[in-house]
Amino acid sequence: MSNAVAKKQGTKSAAEYRAELNKVPHKPGSHKPEAILTVDNVSRSFGGLTAVDVDHLEVQRGVITALIGPNGAGKTTFFNLITGFDTPSSAKKLIGGPSSSEAAKWEFNGRSLGNTSAAAVSKQGMVRTFQLTKALSRLTVLQNMLLGAQHQTGENFFAAFFKPVWAAQEKANTEKALALLDRFKLLEKKDDMAGSLSGGQKKLLEMARALMSDPVMIMLDEPMAGVNPALTQSLLGHIQSLRDDGMTVLFVEHDMHMVRHISDWVVVMAEGRVVAEGPADTVMSNQAVIDAYLGAHHDTDLGDDKFLTDTAAVRIEKEVVAEEARSKKTKKK
Amino acid sequence: MDGIIKVLYDMSASMILPTTAAFAIAAIGLNVHFGFTGLLNMGQAGFMLIGAYGFAISIGAGLPFWAAFLIAVLAGIAFALLLGIPTLKLRGDYLAIVTIAAAEIVRMIGRASVLNDVTGGSNGLPGENFRNPFSDLSFFGDGQTTLLWFTFDNTGVNGWWSRAVTWLMVLVFALLVWLLMRSPWGRVIKSIREDEDAVRSLGKSVFSFKMQALVVGGVLGSIGGVMYILPTSLQPDSMGRNMTFLIWTAMLLGGAATIFGPILGTLVFFATRIFVQGGMRLFVPDEILNTQQTEQFSWIVVGVALMLLVIFRPQGMIGNKKELNFNV
Amino acid sequence: MVNQPVLAQTRWKWSRTLVVAIVGMLIAAFWTLSQPANSFAAETTGPCVADSATGCFNGTIKGVGAGVKIVISGNGAEVIAVTDADGKWNAAVTTAGTYTLTLDEATLPAGVTMKSEATQTRDITLGFNKGAVFTVNGGTDGGESSTDGDTGSGTETAATGFNWDRLAQQSVSGLRLGLLLALASIGLSLIYGTTGLSNFAHAEQVTLGGLLAFTFSNVMGINIFLTTAIVVVLTGFTGWIQDVIIWKPLRKKGLSLTQLLIVTIGLALALQYAFQIFYGARTLRIVLANPETVTFGPVTLTIESLWAMGVSIVVIAAVGYFLTRTRTGRATRAVSDNPALASASGIDVDRIIRLVWIMSAALAGLSGVMLGLVLNGISWQTGMQLLLLMFSAVTLGGLGTAFGALVGSLVIGMTVELSNMVLPGDFKYATALLLLIIILLVRPQGLFGRKERIG
Repeated sequence: MSNAVAKKQGTKSAAEYRAELNKVPHKPGSHKPEAILTVDNVSRSFGGLTAVDVDHLEVQRGVITALIGPNGAGKTTFFNLITGFDTPSSAKKLIGGPSSSEAAKWEFNGRSLGNTSAAAVSKQGMVRTFQLTKALSRLTVLQNMLLGAQHQTGENFFAAFFKPVWAAQEKANTEKALALLDRFKLLEKKDDMAGSLSGGQKKLLEMARALMSDPVMIMLDEPMAGVNPALTQSLLGHIQSLRDDGMTVLFVEHDMHMVRHISDWVVVMAEGRVVAEGPADTVMSNQAVIDAYLGAHHDTDLGDDKFLTDTAAVRIEKEVVAEEARSKKTKKK
Repeated sequence: MDGIIKVLYDMSASMILPTTAAFAIAAIGLNVHFGFTGLLNMGQAGFMLIGAYGFAISIGAGLPFWAAFLIAVLAGIAFALLLGIPTLKLRGDYLAIVTIAAAEIVRMIGRASVLNDVTGGSNGLPGENFRNPFSDLSFFGDGQTTLLWFTFDNTGVNGWWSRAVTWLMVLVFALLVWLLMRSPWGRVIKSIREDEDAVRSLGKSVFSFKMQALVVGGVLGSIGGVMYILPTSLQPDSMGRNMTFLIWTAMLLGGAATIFGPILGTLVFFATRIFVQGGMRLFVPDEILNTQQTEQFSWIVVGVALMLLVIFRPQGMIGNKKELNFNV
Repeated sequence: MVNQPVLAQTRWKWSRTLVVAIVGMLIAAFWTLSQPANSFAAETTGPCVADSATGCFNGTIKGVGAGVKIVISGNGAEVIAVTDADGKWNAAVTTAGTYTLTLDEATLPAGVTMKSEATQTRDITLGFNKGAVFTVNGGTDGGESSTDGDTGSGTETAATGFNWDRLAQQSVSGLRLGLLLALASIGLSLIYGTTGLSNFAHAEQVTLGGLLAFTFSNVMGINIFLTTAIVVVLTGFTGWIQDVIIWKPLRKKGLSLTQLLIVTIGLALALQYAFQIFYGARTLRIVLANPETVTFGPVTLTIESLWAMGVSIVVIAAVGYFLTRTRTGRATRAVSDNPALASASGIDVDRIIRLVWIMSAALAGLSGVMLGLVLNGISWQTGMQLLLLMFSAVTLGGLGTAFGALVGSLVIGMTVELSNMVLPGDFKYATALLLLIIILLVRPQGLFGRKERIG
């Protein structure tokens, strides 16, 4: 790898990283000069249905990359795979499985992430949020934030009994949490149960909580979904400010118009594959993308991405049943 | 009138029994599992039984009290690890099935006739086999002492010594659990109860934390088991599934996810059972329900109470509805 | 939020129904108990009441009848207990401590000898009941199947050692147990599949089936085939009534699955002891005649066993046909797969779930009758002893798949009976449970289950 030297964060400014993208060709799987995440041969199938099949993808460091695609394109599944919440079907297995050149492998910040648990992925600095917010509703907002802090002495079982051992660190974390809450306009909610927040506030809380761990790269799964339009603008602003702080942002969204303002680079997925890459304006006029959005299934609403497998499976089943019915009819004739 | 006073006396006496305290210790352990971590442990009696066997067999082998106690604790840790490794990565109801099954396995092995020489088979082990080293630790001396309306031996089988020690343990364990739950460790544990995936996404090893919680609650169960058999005897069949369900009822009654809930629940639970049984003996003639049937009837009351409690007041007596999460 | 008052009203309405139902059940219990019909309820001679000043020793010696003496001595006291007609005895002591219990062998009926030790020691705490078990050889019901669970009588002696005849016999027994388990666990699996509920009270449906069969066949003298039909209808009805008064309202109330699971545990506990009050703790024979046996080569089976296996196969095949070939059956599987989606595609999910409750309760009841015939008797804890085997079977096959439950049951049945060849009988259930744990390690979703998707 040519960029093996520049691994650590913050050697260049955000603008410099962005400028480097100008030279990158606008085609799927193109090589980035400063890739923080490199993914190879990651595929996942549920039964007979292939939800994700990504041959190669690189994500540029220090910029905002949007991962877009119609519902059911496999974006969330892809997120789950690279963050360790799911295992690729193409993963290396002890017995059998794909040959090592075809097996799934992905690198983050110069380290291989295959066979890494979700917690370990997060510890490496790649922290994600969820499409359906996972605010810990019966904990207060501040406790939610504190959970995000890394390397806490008080999380050691034996240390936990002795408050003096962890009190100082807890105080520092609390200050950090309060500062972040202030930035995300949640400060006066700090003692409320997280469950009492609105949907948009939960999204903000989740993002703030992820930032407590000082991530290298933050992965946001549909940060705008279910957020009222008034909040959307400030959310977008927050995402941009993360990049300006030197963080890499990868976020999933299915509404293309939402992302054009803030994304430096757009990756389009459809039916599990990466079909196009490039800056927002060029991608939107790409024929493959238009097909993906308006193509084969423009008449069916595939519903929520979460129910991908079931909906898709049922759709296929319906088609099969219809097919059978038709063939029976023809036989009768 | 005498009958009523006797029932009241029995109720109050049952509340300070060392076995009640032992129960409360096991309930505190179960509360760490279910109330705080959200683990569906349906085999707490198995933890108690394994601790009891560990202790009683060690004493029988001639080990001193503290060594035997340590072995009981280690047995609880080993049992927790054994159960946790296959199940803690799976959905909650798998843990329920595996823990209940494992508790039964312990009981079945314990009562197997092949092991008669070690475990005493289905008859279990009589108290005098393992009781003396504990009584010998007593500095209460001989004789009897009267406190309020209770008169007991200072040291004997079922005297003030075992009452004092077991209830002191209850308080110490409650304090330790309180210390744990206010710490960042407790925060992770409670977060796991809320949403494992969120905790995972923040870089905490959920499996490791759940395992620690399982071990803590399991060890409390084992210690509860040791204290439970000390004033009585070790009988595998009296420490089966129903005992687990009793502990659940007591914990939910007081309030899961609170520090004092399990203790309060245990006290109220035992007093109420005596009240139901004693009351029925007083007012229901023998021809309708004989002694054995009153006992059985009190179990029906327990079952129905458990149902109604979970449906109408899942937070128990002192629990905070906002704190308790049943969606594990 | 808008229709809050309406919601509250409905909640109040059904909670009142539930309370009324439970109180009704208790009153019914009292009423029935005060009737002479409860002649089979447990009786004690001169009941001993354990309280703060008294401890009670008690026990039942199977097959000896009245008049056997047990001398309880220790702590400066000596008490003599005498068995009643059922072999039950009890005695009160007023000092806590250790006692020696000696069965006076001279009082045993002729031809009866001690199997357990005639002298045992026990300690007792005031306020407690303490059981002591004496077992005999040659008692009048000594040949009766051992239902040694929590009450703990003698355990089977280990006839270990391998030979082919034994293998054949045990395999057929395994198949038999597997089929009977399957009858019960398919229902458990269907309920789990359609509602997500792990029903710990399912075993009590099995017991209920057996006990009802006892009532109709043994007590009322109805022909066993007719009895079976009546029991299936009645248990099916209990499934319906359960869904009407408990499960549907609770689903509507929005209780979480964990809460529902604990509710089923409470229900199981209440039912077990209700059975004990009504039927006593004894093993009850459904058919009084001694079973006739048939021999095929090395395998000997009772006629009842053959019937039970045949009926199980036919019923399981019928359930399979229903699930795969009929419209309602397919709808059931659709609900099992994804209730929300099934509901969206116009399936009446509540109707399907009610049907599943009726069907699983009826299947469990049938299984109870068959178990009662095969095991030569039924008691309040027959179902409970098999509950974990059912769960193992269902988990093994993959929670929520009916076909998996069948295969899982057969595997578990075989394991239980075949492990008996190399291990002492005490361990046969333990082996099956151990198998469950190992399978969870290797293939947590079960043999036929699917992995779930996160996020």
